[in-house]
Amino acid sequence: MDTSIAQNWLQFHSLSSFPLLTLLCAMPLGFALLALAIPDEQTSAHKAWSFVGSLVTLAVALVVLGGFDRNAVGLQQVDDYAWIPSFGARWTLGVDGLSLPLVMLTAFLMPIIFAGAWSAIDKRWKEFSIAMLILETGMLGSLLAVDLLSFYVFWEIMLVPMYLIVGIWGGKDRIYATVKFFIYTMFGSLLMLVAILWLYQKSGGSFALAQLAALNLSDKEQTWLFAAFALAFLIKVPVFPFHTWLPDAHTEAPTPGSVVLAGVMLKLGTYGLLRFAIPLFPSAMGTFSPLLMTLAVIGIIFGALMAYVQTDVKRLVAYSSVSHLGFVMLGIVIFNEESLQGAVLQGVNHGISTGALFLLVGYLYERRHTREISEFGGIAAKMPVYAAFFVFVTMSSIALPLTNGFVGEFLIFAGSFKEGVQAVIAPVAEAGRWRNTVLVGGGIASLGVVLGAVYMLSMVRRVFFGQITNPANKALHDLDWREKTIMAILACFILWIGVYPSSWLNLSKTTVHAMVLAHRPAILQVRAPLDYKHEAIQHEHADR
Amino acid sequence: MEVNNSAILPLIILLPLLGGIVNGLFGKHFSRQVSYFIGSTTVLASFLLSVQVFLSLRGLGAAHAEQALRFTLFQWISGGSYSFDFAFLADPLSSMMLLVVTGVGFLVHLYSTSYMDDDPGYARYFSYLNLFVFSMLVLVLGKNLAMLFIGWEGVGACSYLLIGFWFKDMEKAEAGQKAFVVNRIGDIGFLIAMFLLLAYAGGSLDYDSLRTHFSDSIHAVDHPPTITLICLLLFVGACGKSAQIPLYVWLPDAMAGPTPVSALIHAATMVTAGVYMIARLNFIFALSPVAMTVIMLVGALTALMAASIGLVQNDIKKVLAYSTVSQLGYMVMAVGAGAFASGVFHLFTHAFFKACLFLGAGAVIHAMHHEQDIRNYGGLRRKLPVIHATFLISCIAIAGLPPLAGFFSKDAILAETVAFHPETEKLTEYYDGQFTRAAVMELRAGTKDGIVDEAKIAPLAKQNKETYVKSIERLAPLRKVAFGLALLAALMTAFYMFRLYFMTFAGEYRGDHHTFEHAHDSPWPMALPLIVLSGLSVCAGWLGMPFAEGKFNLFEHWLDPVLERGKELVHGHLEPSTEYGLMALSTAVAAFGVALAWSWYKAGPSTQAASLSTAAQPVYNTLLNKYYVDEFYFAVVIKPLRWVSQALFHAVDRLLIDLCMVRLPGYALLGLSQVGRLVQTGDVQTYLVGVVAGVAALAWYLI
Repeated sequence: MDTSIAQNWLQFHSLSSFPLLTLLCAMPLGFALLALAIPDEQTSAHKAWSFVGSLVTLAVALVVLGGFDRNAVGLQQVDDYAWIPSFGARWTLGVDGLSLPLVMLTAFLMPIIFAGAWSAIDKRWKEFSIAMLILETGMLGSLLAVDLLSFYVFWEIMLVPMYLIVGIWGGKDRIYATVKFFIYTMFGSLLMLVAILWLYQKSGGSFALAQLAALNLSDKEQTWLFAAFALAFLIKVPVFPFHTWLPDAHTEAPTPGSVVLAGVMLKLGTYGLLRFAIPLFPSAMGTFSPLLMTLAVIGIIFGALMAYVQTDVKRLVAYSSVSHLGFVMLGIVIFNEESLQGAVLQGVNHGISTGALFLLVGYLYERRHTREISEFGGIAAKMPVYAAFFVFVTMSSIALPLTNGFVGEFLIFAGSFKEGVQAVIAPVAEAGRWRNTVLVGGGIASLGVVLGAVYMLSMVRRVFFGQITNPANKALHDLDWREKTIMAILACFILWIGVYPSSWLNLSKTTVHAMVLAHRPAILQVRAPLDYKHEAIQHEHADR
Repeated sequence: MEVNNSAILPLIILLPLLGGIVNGLFGKHFSRQVSYFIGSTTVLASFLLSVQVFLSLRGLGAAHAEQALRFTLFQWISGGSYSFDFAFLADPLSSMMLLVVTGVGFLVHLYSTSYMDDDPGYARYFSYLNLFVFSMLVLVLGKNLAMLFIGWEGVGACSYLLIGFWFKDMEKAEAGQKAFVVNRIGDIGFLIAMFLLLAYAGGSLDYDSLRTHFSDSIHAVDHPPTITLICLLLFVGACGKSAQIPLYVWLPDAMAGPTPVSALIHAATMVTAGVYMIARLNFIFALSPVAMTVIMLVGALTALMAASIGLVQNDIKKVLAYSTVSQLGYMVMAVGAGAFASGVFHLFTHAFFKACLFLGAGAVIHAMHHEQDIRNYGGLRRKLPVIHATFLISCIAIAGLPPLAGFFSKDAILAETVAFHPETEKLTEYYDGQFTRAAVMELRAGTKDGIVDEAKIAPLAKQNKETYVKSIERLAPLRKVAFGLALLAALMTAFYMFRLYFMTFAGEYRGDHHTFEHAHDSPWPMALPLIVLSGLSVCAGWLGMPFAEGKFNLFEHWLDPVLERGKELVHGHLEPSTEYGLMALSTAVAAFGVALAWSWYKAGPSTQAASLSTAAQPVYNTLLNKYYVDEFYFAVVIKPLRWVSQALFHAVDRLLIDLCMVRLPGYALLGLSQVGRLVQTGDVQTYLVGVVAGVAALAWYLI
């Protein structure tokens, strides 16, 4: 039973008779192409068109969700066609518990982003909406593709619109930021391309993930190829010390750009690790576990400390992302069911909460054209509804129970400490070293929970509380109905996931279970050989 | 399958939540009366339902094996092998807490309708207050530790909002933030303890299953140091919430909030959550005499330290705040000394007299136009008769004079601290398997192949056991230290409470006469809670009569089902004669404190007191400045944190990573291209020189 689950997790569980996923992926692109026909100066038409486009995409995504079987192992609703037969490249799109939460998040955030952009973007709406819609296709494609060449194509497609969004609609250092973003991420993905090509020739001409994962690679090959894949993904996440492009890109990007960047694109890094790097090279994951664990923990603390000393609200939120994604990375590295479910959910949570924070910061920027904390102070008196939303989202960001952030962090930490404690009989040095790394790392990482409260609440206090001293803030007006509606929707999601997370956790449950069965033994064999034996024995007992 | 036998439980919780939501979202459209009505009646309804729960539990008493009501709403979090339900449990302990939370909660709501009557933020206030009651109810009614944690952090968040309620004042906002952050530090300990419990005790945080795990030596989770670690981590959480050393610093600052909030949150309910948690998990704590002793000593030290600060404070709320810290120290010391029932009993009585004191203080402040300095009070007895009478009663109660409430609970704590005695036999019985396991592991570590000489195991296990027993016995003298500290704190308590009383109500008025003329006694919504609470401050203690070897101790018997295991493991016994002796001693000590306060402050500040404070200037200043602990934390934690972050930002993030590792390679590439560009001069002769040189070099190399 267990072995079949493990074997099937990358196989096709169900083929789709109708190319629904292709449609989902192509929908934004189609709207983008049609947008070409609308004259440039009809800004309102572009606003409406792109919003409708993202809503239709969301509707298709809901159909996908409706047809999704939570208990099935493997990829569902697969579209599998020959794409470039001469290369053996295929057009294979599929969805499982790993990608679906992020697909839903993407499809859900896009209308929010477009609605938020109505006031945030004040020039060249046609180009903007086309760029955003192409970006959505890129993101959905990256999440759905399981043939490595098409995945790579989608992965690179995302770069171009993002490059333009920061470069055209960004702040005053936008060119520096966008070039940095582009070169940095491109550098990572080129190495991944080399690794993909290596796998391609090794397999004798296939890009199909399931086939490549079945290859017999030497330890050395695994190590190098994993490093190449992981680098691309770690830069995207970003994991310390590859994070410095992020604060620049976030600060310079227009609000919609920041939301999409934090909301979805960063998650593609962690998704890539789970979908590609780990299944392809599990024992290399074992080798790199201590290093990745260390980087994740450093990222949590370092990101939080950096956030603490920022003077620009947006930069602060950007650094908080480094810290939050550190938690997600921690969950991935630990690689047990608890931590992985936490990591998958925390990806969604971060998308919603940080997206909401960027939108809120954007509202303020639109009113005052500054984001310096020292420019504000006491504005809760002028903007009570805004302040209420901000404090609420802050509570979610610092993981207060009954908000979404808590559920994810709790599971990640619970999984980490479980990994550290492993009630094995033989505490011999080999396995003990990994366990100690995990316990010490988990202990240090938990300080991030305090630091999160410190930097977020300090910022909230300095922006919202006290007397209004800056006369420019006296004329501030509170949120209008559009802004309120957007925030109210996000707030509902924050509470939904916080109070009843099962509807999200159940999406990924089976897939995570299968993943762990499939790859954990290989990972443990390298990083904690004695634990591995012990777990194997336990499984035998369970089977009997 | 779980029995769901009480749908009242979720209702108790949902009512205040509903009130909070309605007032929060639509409050600005409501008139004051509507807001007040929604805020208060939801809590009143919860109180009535709580009474119903209490009565039905009493009904279950004899007939059923188990005295508990349960209700599971849905599965909250599940991941891998872990899962936690959104579920409620009402047993004797939580039903008692329910009554306190909703009862005092309602009185404070009622009082607030008058106290906050001139504040434009009334709807927001009642919304927060309702949400607080909701969180506190989740805390006490939760069926597992995860639920408790929801409430645990929820009350922290509400307290943050309420302390900073007047957010236009930056100091108040800072106090709120400080409370939240310091609580968070404690919460980390609590969280890690939960994770360890999950990993060690079978993936459940349900009290029922934890109790099974920790009661049966077959399931014994781990050897003593691990249990001690878990207990101490849990206690770190309690230190944050229940304001113990070293995390007590937030509570005095929390007085920035409206006074009714201080009464409810920072005296009667939230701050007692740590004590509740330890009592709730008595079956774990009792397994670690080391952790218990640490808890007992920290509690005693906190009691003494806070009381000593309270001796010299001049702000009426600050005195009460330190008195709260001190009384919490008593409760913590009690549960640390295994006197779980007495600790909870003191929680119970303290809730009444301290809430009464705070509400009384609020009424005085209200009457005195927000003057809080007791040096500017005096002679208010005639002017504010109702407040005076209720305040005096609560002062007697907290000072520990018979037959008022504080006497019985405090006396029980003192007596049981003296009697604290871990049952080593029961403990070694529980840890028996662990001693053997430790022996096997130790022997195996010494071998290469992991094969252990069977004969060596038993002697080594026995040795382990003896070491363990000795280590416990070595702790015994410390209980006398704790008793001594607590007795001293009792003396101080009686003194500073009556100093406060005399300075406020006795002698002649010392402040601005305009204020005095306008001062008037409280309107009924403020007076009624004071009268009810002072009545309870008189009678509540009678539920825990220590006489006749506890035969009349209704309170303790009521909690027996919950505290059974803890009692079994830590069972102290005192001769009745010793007990009466202690009673006389503590009464004498309290009376002495009161007498001292009377002789120095009966007519306002006297020359004796002033000369003493000048004679012992350094001591006086140290106390006045609260031992400079805030300054110490600022210098050692807050400033360095900022400094280190700044340094890391500039040196590591900007310079090392961004410049050296990221941009420099880019610049280097650019520079290299600049060098390369020099080669491309466009001058044919230069190229030719290059070609010739190249050919020559090649020729030389080949030949």
